[in-house]
Amino acid sequence: MATIKFIEFDGTEHVVEGANDSSIMEAAVTNLVPGIDADCGGECSCATCHVLIDQVWRAKLDEPSEIEESMLDLNPDRTEDSRLSCCIPVTEDLEGITIKLPEFQY
Amino acid sequence: MAGVVIIGAGQAAAQTAASLRQEKFEGPITLFGEEPEFPYQRPPLSKDYLAGKISVEKTLVRPEEFYSSKNIVVNLNTKVEEIDLEQNTVSTASAETFKYDNLVIATGSRARELKIPGSELNGIHYLRSIKDVDSIRGEMRTAREICIVGGGYIGLEVAAVASVLGLKVTVLEMESRILKRVTTPEMSEFYHALHTKKGVDIICGAQVKSFEGESSVTSIVTEEKTFKSDLVIVGIGILPNLELAKNAGIDCENGILVNESCQTSVKNVYAIGDCSNHPNPILNRRLRLESVPNAMEQARVAANNILGGDKKYSTIPWFWSDQYDLKLQMLGFSADGERSVIRGEVSEEKFAVFYLSNQKIVAVDAVNSPKEFMLAKQLYGEKADPEQLSDVNYDLKKMLS
Repeated sequence: MATIKFIEFDGTEHVVEGANDSSIMEAAVTNLVPGIDADCGGECSCATCHVLIDQVWRAKLDEPSEIEESMLDLNPDRTEDSRLSCCIPVTEDLEGITIKLPEFQY
Repeated sequence: MAGVVIIGAGQAAAQTAASLRQEKFEGPITLFGEEPEFPYQRPPLSKDYLAGKISVEKTLVRPEEFYSSKNIVVNLNTKVEEIDLEQNTVSTASAETFKYDNLVIATGSRARELKIPGSELNGIHYLRSIKDVDSIRGEMRTAREICIVGGGYIGLEVAAVASVLGLKVTVLEMESRILKRVTTPEMSEFYHALHTKKGVDIICGAQVKSFEGESSVTSIVTEEKTFKSDLVIVGIGILPNLELAKNAGIDCENGILVNESCQTSVKNVYAIGDCSNHPNPILNRRLRLESVPNAMEQARVAANNILGGDKKYSTIPWFWSDQYDLKLQMLGFSADGERSVIRGEVSEEKFAVFYLSNQKIVAVDAVNSPKEFMLAKQLYGEKADPEQLSDVNYDLKKMLS
């Protein structure tokens, strides 16, 4: 379990509980956080669960896989904070994490 | 207020309910599903779920508690028998009647059946539901030789899983090549060679005549030859579940006809997902798609319009298929292209085929090439230089600037 704060592009905040054995994407979708489409259901096939995670929190995560990296590479909103939220499992280490959502999913 | 009734409990149905709540709809939402499970994702059924790598819970679109916590009523094991457009009601098999203000038909599709001598024998399966896959998985434990009728994506995904599990796999395809309905000869050839390399026997031009066996299937007879088989999976396409709509008097033609707002010929009745036949303004023609992204987007459009919004459906169709360790991502329809350009090495199993029409990108088939898929997603309908596309040393990002 971890408490996750999602911040929409317009600044609206959503604080939700993410369950272990689920992904950040699933935590968002289950709690109706807008801004994450997740069209492929979490198979790292669509890149519509793009989120922004700052460096401090990113350091606690595994590096993106080659597939995730490639999916992100041509995303027009990509920044160094970009990740695909379906590829990040919820763990206790992420308690209190803040995640920003981009304006659009491509 | 009678609220929104959704017939179906698949991905489109679940997303409609979620989108309605996300858009702050507070009225009643009631789903009716014939299956015993809460809404689940079908794509993993022929992949990780068949392989036994994931549980039923992992296939659920959202956890069970989601629905009660958002005040969404999900009636499982419940078949809707009739829609009464005058009364604005639906009635179930147990003769209960439910009123609606807006109705969403998300009845999906069913496997096309093969009706030939012996098709009622045990050991012959279709692959559409969790129940189907649970039976197949059970029989796969003791089966030695599996025959797959139909070389489409479902059949080939099953072939990949079964061969990895050590079964002797034969794929019988009626057409001259596998995947003929959905892709180009080059892609068919690639997947044919891939499966052959993994030990799968693919026979094209095979006319299946009958199944043989006492109570369970033991062999499958084609015009040319008889194949021993103690397990058969038939994957020869799907049919849209449009009968409920049609019987109610809603316009249907290869699916339930809807407009760009996902509205049927009846104003307060919407149809979404596999069962809908909808206009695509980007491709400029009507489509009926068997695809999750389509189901999700139509659900969002329907929910928005039910609540008085004016969101219009306008997306480029895309699909994916996982076989062995290869991820295939497809965008648009390759048949729309006049010429193709290959980027990457086919022999390295990492390449993309771009399809161009009037020098514009109209489709891509990307094998282990997510970057190329993402490029096509953004440059669909735009002009692209074939030489740059085919040059792996050319940085695709430059095309986006």
